[in-house]
Amino acid sequence: MSERQAKHQSRISFIVNGEKRAVDVPPMKRLLDVLREDLRLTGTKEGCGEGECGSCSVRMNGELVNSCLVPVLQAEGAEIETVEGLGRGGELHPIQAAFLACGGAQCGICTPGMLMATAQLLAVNPHPTIGEIREGLAGNLCRCTGFKRIFDSVAAAVGDMDASAKTGEVHAG
Amino acid sequence: MRGNAEAHELIALGSLAAVLELLAGAPGEWTPIAGGTEIMVAHAAGRLREKKMVNLWGLSELRFIQGSSNSIAIGGGVTFRDLRTHEGVAAGAPLLAKAATWIGSIANQSRATIGGNLVNGSPAADSSPALLVYDAEVELISVRGRRRIAYSDFHTGYKRNAMAADELLFAVHVPLRFAKHKQYLRKVGTRRAMAISKVALGGTALLRTGVVSEIRLAAASLAPFPMRLFRTEAALQGRTLDEAAIREAQEALMEEAKPIDDIRSTAAYRSRVAANLLGEFLNELLPAETRR
Repeated sequence: MSERQAKHQSRISFIVNGEKRAVDVPPMKRLLDVLREDLRLTGTKEGCGEGECGSCSVRMNGELVNSCLVPVLQAEGAEIETVEGLGRGGELHPIQAAFLACGGAQCGICTPGMLMATAQLLAVNPHPTIGEIREGLAGNLCRCTGFKRIFDSVAAAVGDMDASAKTGEVHAG
Repeated sequence: MRGNAEAHELIALGSLAAVLELLAGAPGEWTPIAGGTEIMVAHAAGRLREKKMVNLWGLSELRFIQGSSNSIAIGGGVTFRDLRTHEGVAAGAPLLAKAATWIGSIANQSRATIGGNLVNGSPAADSSPALLVYDAEVELISVRGRRRIAYSDFHTGYKRNAMAADELLFAVHVPLRFAKHKQYLRKVGTRRAMAISKVALGGTALLRTGVVSEIRLAAASLAPFPMRLFRTEAALQGRTLDEAAIREAQEALMEEAKPIDDIRSTAAYRSRVAANLLGEFLNELLPAETRR
């Protein structure tokens, strides 16, 4: 352990799912490994480990990134959102609820990445066409569902989020 | 074998000037890393040889897009997400905006930079054919100052380029004088997202009364680096464009192309497809009634 500490370590401070966190880790450690090993946020999965499959997708400063390709030093000061940050107070996020309702998840390894890619897509484009849904999720591979149910889930989430936004307007009025 | 994070040094210095000083003080010793979409892949696979890296991600001096009356300056740290969402790029350099949508996926586009794409120097680099047919220039920077060279002179061999060990790619300058040109860019790969191209072809051309008065052609994955197809251009320059001219240009391209067989495709397929793409572009330039 002492030898380990003698090697390059950096103090990295960032905001993860709205909470300030700090870790002492090698600056080249992958954000993915810091999330899973140092912060115990194991919802983010490793698939290919080379930026091809999207399993490890998280949002960083409002952009979708593959956390396997981010050296943690580059996350210094960043706002990170992982799948653990989607639901609040035990309630599923509408995207999660839609994936559950539409059979958008089977084995589950790709699911956190799919959810985060969907969250990113809807943050920049709340009413995507089917083509835009396909493009938004094109970097996320699923070997179970054949994608149809995933795209259906995203479309359903759009409808649900619209409906709850409208309800909110009524309540507000 | 997995890479070991502790075996690599990575430092952030906070300013472009400080990075340039570091590079000048120990030329070749430090490897710049921007979005990491190339270096981190090598790292994950345990084949990253570079031990000392200096961070470029987040340096605001490298992340700018600035238009003037005759060109657009694009900082080396501009991401492909920046490029595909910038109105000035869409209007002035539509082929580059189009290429930016093809690179990897959304998650890669939000990290990969144009500077990284060019300095990495893949023969298949997606942004390269567009920059070549726009006659782009690259601006290099070091503590010694800045210099500009034609992008067509930038790549000098497989993964080799004209940069000195203390230089960084500061900006790419794209001229805006192609608005009246016919423009073409097409990539052929296994799928649109993620797949590296088997072959890609770009072109800009101006015809006057049926005669080719200006033409630029460029390809990815037809040579050890992205290349202008000067000899194919010469076969068309000054000629009346007709079916015979198109056929001869396709033959010139297949002569000029020097593709290889690899995991993604074969040399023969690449040459044939590139010739077909050229045919598609040139056919679009013919008067409507004579198109195939």
